[in-house]
Amino acid sequence: MIITKEQQTRIHSIKAQPIMSMKGVTKQFSGVKVLQNVDIELYQGEVHALMGENGAGKSTLMKIMAGVYQPDGGLIVYKGQEVHWNNPMDARNKGISVIHQEISLSPNLSIGENILMGTSLKKSRLGLISWNDIYEKAENILSSIGSSLDPRANVSSLSVAQQQMVEIARALSLNSEILIMDEPTASLTDKEIERLFTIIDGLKRKGVAIVYISHRMDEIFKISNRFTVLRDGRLVTSGPISETNPTHLVKLMVGRELNELFVRDRSENNTETKNQKPVLELRGISDRKIVKDVSLKIYPGEIVGLAGLVGAGRTELVRTIFGLSDLSEGQIYIEGRSVQIKNPTDAIKLGIAHVPESRKEQGLLPNLSVKENIMMAQFPMYRKFRLLQYSKINREADRYIEELGVRTASKEQNVMGLSGGNQQKVVIAKWLSIGPKVLLLDEPTRGVDIGAKTEIHKIINQLAEQGLAVLMISSELPEILGVSDRILVMHEGRLRAELSHKEATQEKIMFYATGEVK
Amino acid sequence: MMNINVQSSSPSVVTFKDRSKQIFNQLGMLIILALLIVVMSVIAPNFTDSSNILNVLKQSSITAILAAGMTVVILTGGIDLSVGSTLALSGVISVLLSNSGVPVVFSMFAGAAVGYIAGAINGYLTAVPKLPAFIVTLGSMTYLRGLAYVITGGYPVVLASEKFKFIGAGEILGIPTPIYIMAIVYIIMFVVLKYTMFGRHVYAIGGNEEAAHLTGIKVNRTLINVYSISGLLAGISGVVMAGRLFSGQPMVGIAFELDAIAAVVLGGTSFVGGRGRIQGTIIGVLIVAVLTNGMTLLNVDYYWQQVVKGIVIVIAVLLDRLRSRN
Repeated sequence: MIITKEQQTRIHSIKAQPIMSMKGVTKQFSGVKVLQNVDIELYQGEVHALMGENGAGKSTLMKIMAGVYQPDGGLIVYKGQEVHWNNPMDARNKGISVIHQEISLSPNLSIGENILMGTSLKKSRLGLISWNDIYEKAENILSSIGSSLDPRANVSSLSVAQQQMVEIARALSLNSEILIMDEPTASLTDKEIERLFTIIDGLKRKGVAIVYISHRMDEIFKISNRFTVLRDGRLVTSGPISETNPTHLVKLMVGRELNELFVRDRSENNTETKNQKPVLELRGISDRKIVKDVSLKIYPGEIVGLAGLVGAGRTELVRTIFGLSDLSEGQIYIEGRSVQIKNPTDAIKLGIAHVPESRKEQGLLPNLSVKENIMMAQFPMYRKFRLLQYSKINREADRYIEELGVRTASKEQNVMGLSGGNQQKVVIAKWLSIGPKVLLLDEPTRGVDIGAKTEIHKIINQLAEQGLAVLMISSELPEILGVSDRILVMHEGRLRAELSHKEATQEKIMFYATGEVK
Repeated sequence: MMNINVQSSSPSVVTFKDRSKQIFNQLGMLIILALLIVVMSVIAPNFTDSSNILNVLKQSSITAILAAGMTVVILTGGIDLSVGSTLALSGVISVLLSNSGVPVVFSMFAGAAVGYIAGAINGYLTAVPKLPAFIVTLGSMTYLRGLAYVITGGYPVVLASEKFKFIGAGEILGIPTPIYIMAIVYIIMFVVLKYTMFGRHVYAIGGNEEAAHLTGIKVNRTLINVYSISGLLAGISGVVMAGRLFSGQPMVGIAFELDAIAAVVLGGTSFVGGRGRIQGTIIGVLIVAVLTNGMTLLNVDYYWQQVVKGIVIVIAVLLDRLRSRN
């Protein structure tokens, strides 16, 4: 850790010295700027609410603070010294701990081991682990946060809330001075949340600085001292929580220019589609996990946006329609006919296409050419004596590449070599080739640069004009507002609101999505 | 059909470096085989004799047929350890049937069918309850070998029919029959992998099983077929082997699965699945065969031959890793 004189004087000029300050942090992933010149300061004994929409850059900023990612630019000053974390262990050893949204415990080890893993354990004379010592220490830490869990028990036997206690205890075992909590209450009951807040109060008094990421306004105003709002990877503002209110915060989070984005021309297809038969209709759909009693209709040529926060059940709803998870209740109708969809093959036969959320893990066939990625789903149409006719396949592939404007060296190029936007066009092309009636899009432009985004929006628009029924999940409100005819908002597995594109605003959607309005 | 038009700008360019890398990926092992042949022609006496070359091909034919099936399995990201045992059981059953008076052709088909069924069971267990292929085929490797011992009492069964021997020890136009069988298997497998939906689905599943499932590919059915093919080819090898040895032997084919796997890996097929070619596998088979034959002609000690073969395999895997890192 080297520190120049200039930096030193700059640091000392700050009055109450923050324990952590990040300055001008910039980060990009495969050409997409996720953070641009972001500043944040943390003081001892405060709860700092980090706010922003999905994709605003909160998690990336925190991952940089915790050493998971290295910034492309900017500096991290911790306890008055500039630091460079090489990995998460670096940051953790210096007192920065993260409690992740997803629990990151080892389920088959005991609570005690999980808590003390990562600390240097006292060993017996033979260099072996002293189990009594582990359990004793773990018990002390647990009781300091008012938990009476048995450190000998297996983590796999715990509820989610109890596992979170273990995570907190682990952070404490490292004598953390900064604790980052990413949506800690997402899976807790009200009672457990109260308990968590008591623990947070205790930590505050001990002088721990806490970064608190949450979408729940009531929590934010209950426990935080200060807030920082990020939007599109940039810092919007920062200040004491007493100087703001929920409405103001939501405005800060969403206030964005719409002009650079594609806006669908809705002059022809007004809401006068109602006398047509819906292409897709859901009646009282529930799955076994999160989706509860969802009913909706989508008409030919209509684009319906599905808004909501991460974890609201949007992806699960779409997966149910595509036969990827079981219905526990409800019925799906395609063009008025009741249908059973048990697997993707059934869905595809019914003319349902699905562009999944994660392009790399679910959408692309890696190591195969652009051509095969586009044409695989319609191979049955290009066979003679059961053999594939590549001459025809090549011609069709070229046509799709040209029509969708896929930028590729050739149709034989490995699909992994394309940019995100072009990969997404390939995934969409794959489905167009089967001539679908319903197109389900899950975050169709995530990780795609602005130019390709607009092109994909145009493609979606043209598909709707050709009579497809489109259901599009997006966490980007400008995208939802720009492309959809109608907007459905989901919160905790249920549809909370249906807004026409005329009445919808970013603020309205956010209020329904955060559960502020029920 | 949909009609969409979006402005497209100029395509990106394939660099010379990409191009040469691609050529190396395709030809890399072929170059090594060619070099090996040239070196052996110079230093090993009688290497280039036509009788020696036919001998090399004949000796590698069984491994080659097994390796063709293994290639398809490894392309899906799986493994089949049971082929050596399947070979033994198929050989024993076809010889016993032939000796009991069943017409030669039918007893050969029965031997192949035994392999097919053994493979289908492996495939079912791998695909439906999603057991790890390694464990499933480790189990069948053991029980199939056990069955071969049980039905023969542990002794070789001498073949009575002269006609049966033709498939393993006969010749057509001066070329041993197993070489024809090997060639036919490779031509068919090439066509299957490149020109059938099944073949392309194999690659898709090996690359990303979930994406393949989401594309509407019937993953389970494809996997069952993949292991069935491997079993079928092991069954055919068993029949050929019986014809060559004039007997069905329960202890034959031990560790053949390892030779087959080595050939597939040498041929550039990635162990994680989704990448590889059947042409590569035959090159892999021939590299090992030429190396072994050359060392034998040079009077290299048999134990040292093992050491060299093993090192060559490790280096090949190392190359595979370096390649997949790019």
